[in-house]
Amino acid sequence: MRALTVNGVAIDDTFAEAFDMRATAIVITAPTMRWATQAATTMTGFATSVIGCGCEAGVESLRSSRETPDGRPGVRVLLFAVSTTELQKQLQNRVGQCVLTSPGSACYAGLEAGEDTLKLGAAIRFFGDGWQIAKRLGYRRYWRVPVMDGEFVCESTTPLTKSAVGGGNLIVMGASAAKTLAATEAAVKAMRAAGDVIMPFPGGIARSGSKVGSKYNGASASTNDAYCPTLRGAVETALGPEIVSVLEIVIDGLSSDAVARAMRAGLAAIIELGPERGASRVGAGNYGGKLGRHHYHLKDLLP
Amino acid sequence: MRPLTFTSRAAPDQRLDLSSLTPQNLANKTVAEIAAIELGTTRVRVAAGDIFRIREGDPETIAIEGGSDRFDRVGMGMSAGAIRVDGEVGVEAGRLMSSGQLIVRGAAGPFAGSCMRGGTLEVQGDAGERLGGPLSGETVGMSGGVVCVRGNAGERAGDRLRRGVILIEGRAGPYAGSRMIAGTLAIGGEAGDLPGYLMGRGTILLGRGATLLSPTFGDCGEHDLVAARLLADYIGVTSAKLARRFRGPLRRLAGDLAALGKGEILLARP
Repeated sequence: MRALTVNGVAIDDTFAEAFDMRATAIVITAPTMRWATQAATTMTGFATSVIGCGCEAGVESLRSSRETPDGRPGVRVLLFAVSTTELQKQLQNRVGQCVLTSPGSACYAGLEAGEDTLKLGAAIRFFGDGWQIAKRLGYRRYWRVPVMDGEFVCESTTPLTKSAVGGGNLIVMGASAAKTLAATEAAVKAMRAAGDVIMPFPGGIARSGSKVGSKYNGASASTNDAYCPTLRGAVETALGPEIVSVLEIVIDGLSSDAVARAMRAGLAAIIELGPERGASRVGAGNYGGKLGRHHYHLKDLLP
Repeated sequence: MRPLTFTSRAAPDQRLDLSSLTPQNLANKTVAEIAAIELGTTRVRVAAGDIFRIREGDPETIAIEGGSDRFDRVGMGMSAGAIRVDGEVGVEAGRLMSSGQLIVRGAAGPFAGSCMRGGTLEVQGDAGERLGGPLSGETVGMSGGVVCVRGNAGERAGDRLRRGVILIEGRAGPYAGSRMIAGTLAIGGEAGDLPGYLMGRGTILLGRGATLLSPTFGDCGEHDLVAARLLADYIGVTSAKLARRFRGPLRRLAGDLAALGKGEILLARP
């Protein structure tokens, strides 16, 4: 694999392969940013991969009180799944168990429009046991569900987009674990600022990149041995002798443009940091173009 | 483009039915054709040209200069565009409107906004009784849109309200929000006796209480409701004065417990 070098960082001549997903967004508000964040964090826990969690979800951005429907601090959360049915199920369960239950919370649609709609308050309202109240204001409809600290206000529906893309990625490689982590953290920070994307793994970073299949029956994925530094001498490795640590950033976006924008921002941040303080090489994961129709060539995303 | 303008020649000798003078009815008509439209309600025939001097303009925007309490059904059935009346109007202004904007720069008679389904009606003076309410034999009142009265409203404002928002910046007569099915009624001034009489669902916001509250409403205490913030913000688009009254904690009265009892009166602090 040929690589070009920018500011001392080798960029593999490869591409990230991503696929279509269904997605929605919601805005969670609360009396304080702390509690809005708490509700959002709880709701997006255990949502790193559709394979094991049913959906991929994360906090997209924090919203000031001027940017939310009810004038309180808020958090915008994105959820991605492979089907509308699964997305509806995950949304309903997670809002019902993690947002409805959080002190002072309220929940609103986080997309202006989409190809379809998902039930939000319309599914949660039954918790009100007949005391729930619908309130239509203009073209928006809200449910007010009485709860022990007052009312849970939840918009009736939220749009769903079928233009979402999941699986954009960067593989960040460095000469030490600390340098690789520093570069990856810088990339995640830059990607978050790009908007309309989430990086669903812990802190936006995955250290256990996977390959398809396993030697064991029943496991659909297993460790990406070609990128494990400790197996460098034992397997057909993708790593040079200078690479000691590898981390991956997986990106889900509301559109293909959003994923490309985030990847571009992440690459720029890694390159700016340089190999002395950060990564010495960046690659991307793909399946030879057979899995998804969205291909993000790293050379096209360079700053 | 300037509006299609009707300037009143003199006070009419009979009640007039102006429901024909809507943007959708006047589209593609010449001034002569418009002048020939019958407006009379008695055996004495009266055409638009007899009552108004008509100045050509864009029929999407209609201006009626000089009002009368005999101008009935202004903007009735309107589905697009805008009508502005520089004066008062008679009964049923904006009745059955489904879209568009009707502005009355004066008082409106009874049944203004009756059974509206959409659009906005603004009455800059007072409104008569049964604002947004149904006529005899109709089971449902206003079911969409926004009505805003800058002055006071007569009795039974919002009777049988099904959906939509009615805003009254001044006082309201007795039985405001009577038999409400749902929707929102906000009154900035003092309401008359028994607001929310037999309401099933819906929200009545009272800025300065009522002369007599029904004992069939249960006091649920004072609360700082998120829903009230949403309501205040929505109301504020049309009436900043009203919105100010309803920001902050509100006392919630649930009722009417003599009916379904799933409605509410939200009282602003005195």
